[in-house]
Amino acid sequence: MTTQALAQVLASGLLMGLIYALIAVGLSLIFGLMDVVNFAHGEFLMLAMYATFGLVLLTHLDPVVLMPLVAALLFVLGAAAYLGVVRFAMRAKANQGMVQIFATFGLAILLQGAAQYLFTPDYRNVQNTWLGGRTLDLGGVFLPWPQIFGAVVSLAAFGGLHLLMSRTDFGRALEATREDQGAVALVGIDRTRVFALGWGLGAALVGLAGAVLAVFYYIHPQVGASFALIAYVTVALGGFGSVAGALVAGIVVGLVEAFTAVILPPSLKSVGVYALYLAVVFVRPQGLFGRL
Amino acid sequence: MSSTTLAPVAAAARAPDGHAARRRRTLLVGLAVLAALAALPYGIRDVYLQNVLILTLMYAALAQSWNILGGYCGQISLGHALYFGIGAYFTSVLFVTYGLLPWAGMLAGGVASALVALLLGYPCFRLAGHYFSIATIVIAEIGLLLVHNWDFVGGAMGIQWPFNPDSWWSLQFARDKVPYAHFALGLLAAVWLVTYLIEGSRWGYWWRAVKDDAEAARSLGVEVFRSKMAAAAVSAFFTAVGGGFYAAYVSYIDPESVMSFRFSLLFALPAVLGGIGTLWGPLVGAAILIPLTEISRSYLGGSGNGLDLMLYGALVMVVALARPEGVLSLFARSRAARNQEATP
Repeated sequence: MTTQALAQVLASGLLMGLIYALIAVGLSLIFGLMDVVNFAHGEFLMLAMYATFGLVLLTHLDPVVLMPLVAALLFVLGAAAYLGVVRFAMRAKANQGMVQIFATFGLAILLQGAAQYLFTPDYRNVQNTWLGGRTLDLGGVFLPWPQIFGAVVSLAAFGGLHLLMSRTDFGRALEATREDQGAVALVGIDRTRVFALGWGLGAALVGLAGAVLAVFYYIHPQVGASFALIAYVTVALGGFGSVAGALVAGIVVGLVEAFTAVILPPSLKSVGVYALYLAVVFVRPQGLFGRL
Repeated sequence: MSSTTLAPVAAAARAPDGHAARRRRTLLVGLAVLAALAALPYGIRDVYLQNVLILTLMYAALAQSWNILGGYCGQISLGHALYFGIGAYFTSVLFVTYGLLPWAGMLAGGVASALVALLLGYPCFRLAGHYFSIATIVIAEIGLLLVHNWDFVGGAMGIQWPFNPDSWWSLQFARDKVPYAHFALGLLAAVWLVTYLIEGSRWGYWWRAVKDDAEAARSLGVEVFRSKMAAAAVSAFFTAVGGGFYAAYVSYIDPESVMSFRFSLLFALPAVLGGIGTLWGPLVGAAILIPLTEISRSYLGGSGNGLDLMLYGALVMVVALARPEGVLSLFARSRAARNQEATP
């Protein structure tokens, strides 16, 4: 492998890895907050992509401009999913783990069906964007602008999330609820409200990822499922609930995937990621940054 | 009229063998239900409905297999499609390439699958909760990707079974589907019986103890790891036999059609719906879920419009939320009330 080819693989892996991190961080946040894995996370991503697609058709604006709107829509969806479904799953007295898995799975299937009903199973893509189809040439290393943009959005989102968690009352309430759910009730924090806002925040983050992906990826009702598994692997690799873990694991996943694609046939590119994930959790069951 | 004897004496006489009597009654009811089900295919002449019946019986058997590990032992596997695929592929390759009868192929697939489960259980059972579930998804996905790229087993093209005259030997019946229904029922009966036997044995108690609180069970001397391994092996064995049957039934398999994630879900859902960790939950769940999905698919989703998926998703969600203990628990209260009356 020449230095240039190596640099190309590294750069592509890094850019995609940052986007994976952005897809995964909302999942990790929600888990850290309330010990719930959202099995509809991939469908949230899929809806964010459709929302971008639909809004572009409707407004003829560029997806980049529409991103905050998509994030806001997903915020509402996330909060609604908590208030309408997950809240009740948490109340189950028997088989709580299983109830929570199947309630969010049911939601995932429902959302997939709804997408198929509304948009048909056809593949869509967003055309005529500022970023679409352009690449940056860095001395023979070619980087597509949509991916560069996605990586920048991801880094900005992680920065913003860090500030939100450390500097705002909401962030402190989130952190406190995560530390001790019983104690926060005593100091007058409304747990349901914190959870709903946490779900909204998690969904808004995956909304950003969806808006970014919609620019360079085909949109169809099953697209969420293909990213969801990578997201679960990223979260488990980084450690459930760890925001920093999601960032590091996302980058690792992107890099490993890029290198696997060079060594193995492209259809096997995920195998390297899965194998790495298994190797890590078998040695460290709580993931890289997780707490047990 | 021996009921005129003193009631306390009768109660005392009943108390020691109450458990055994209840077990015997369960067994008799079970055999009666299975016998009644054996007559059912003769009453259904419509080929489409026969197909629904066969799938229902098959998924009931597969859900009961899943239930052994997920319901009794509490390890929520979302990767049983791997074992299903191993069964389907062993049976198909051995039959189509080597001419070995499906019966032998299923058995070989079952044994291979149990060995794989033991091999995977070794690292996986150290993982707790969601980490375990996600590891099982990932492992099944790796299996799917490998089979996809493995030319010896047909790669993405899959394996087509040859057409042979109807025969119980090769498990091929082109004209009449009734034998398939009976095979699926036989499989269900076998899994049900094994579950019944385990439920009353030391393993059954160990598994439930592991499910309720692994640490407490360990402190009481339960071999937690060995319990999980045993449950995984039995569960994988029957799932693979079901996979072999499915391959014989549809006569064509490819990686997506036997190993995709939706199968892992389809094995768990009926058990969750009916009631996990119970003898009848998977059958009740399958009897509700499979006809509903099959019929809604053909009436609502024919054009791929997604309505069937919406209905299915909503159903899964509502049942999980409304009846966390499963549909069977609707009857549990009356049983609890009966027990209350029985104990003075």
